[in-house]
Amino acid sequence: MTVVFEKPKALTDAVLHYCPGCTHGIVHRLVAEAIDELGIEGRTIGIAPVGCAVMAYDYFACDMIEASHGRAPAVATGVKRSMPENIVFTYQGDGDLASIGLCETVSTAARGENITIIFINNAIYGMTGGQMAPTSLLGQVTQTSPYGRDPKTQGYPINICELLSSLDAPAYLERVTVNSVAHVRQAKKAIKKAFQNQVEGKGFSLVEVLSACPTNWGMTPQKALEWIDEKMIPRYPLGVYRDKED
Amino acid sequence: MAKLTFKEELCKGCGLCVNACPKKILTLSKTKLNAKGHAPVECEKPEECIGCASCAIMCPDCVITVER
Repeated sequence: MTVVFEKPKALTDAVLHYCPGCTHGIVHRLVAEAIDELGIEGRTIGIAPVGCAVMAYDYFACDMIEASHGRAPAVATGVKRSMPENIVFTYQGDGDLASIGLCETVSTAARGENITIIFINNAIYGMTGGQMAPTSLLGQVTQTSPYGRDPKTQGYPINICELLSSLDAPAYLERVTVNSVAHVRQAKKAIKKAFQNQVEGKGFSLVEVLSACPTNWGMTPQKALEWIDEKMIPRYPLGVYRDKED
Repeated sequence: MAKLTFKEELCKGCGLCVNACPKKILTLSKTKLNAKGHAPVECEKPEECIGCASCAIMCPDCVITVER
């Protein structure tokens, strides 16, 4: 018998601290599989965010740097420019990338830095206990929108892929999710392509992953996956928003 | 013939693998808990496993190794 599925080598043996059913673990594994398959572990440097994934530096077996809140793309820019032979990726949540770090996100994309960003969109602030995020849906009940998000006072959700696709420089923007086996396979392809683009020097690549937060959504893990289909995908359509071939 | 191996101590009992299994042969244990207090996943009918790895693909914690 041959092994058809096992933990990728680019993940350490550390036990993930994420809640039961949190899809961060799936995305961590997909990133590690991409690193393994491209054979780039020895020269990859990851930038960890602030948020639930703050301890990602314990989980990836490559070199990791912890950035201050939202500044991961700025740190990645510095690392990549000083060591262009290295593969540099950031792993950020929606509070980090779409809220406090929106300036760094947009500026880095506008400059077309040759880095890879993995963006986890779970429509809520996870680590701090379920407050409203810039990506929370209209009507979504959170700790800080107890009557549901009202656009009159709390504005509308930010669609990051659409926002960045208005810029000239980004090479690759795709939105995927991980709520079913088929969607996980698609997400794997997208994440691998985002790393491959950097290896080939194509420029800024970002993959947005619609992710589940069963704990703060107040749902069972399975129900949370269904909620992505029912509520998140209609607001955040899956697909490729930019793919520069040259 | 396929073989599943579970790292029980890593399992958080979320059940995503149970729902992903096309043969519906996985279940969360009703008789034991791991050191963290979660009911770990078990395979009720190992002989029916087709080795598709759907369970392992949906597992957030790399609990499952699949051989075929």
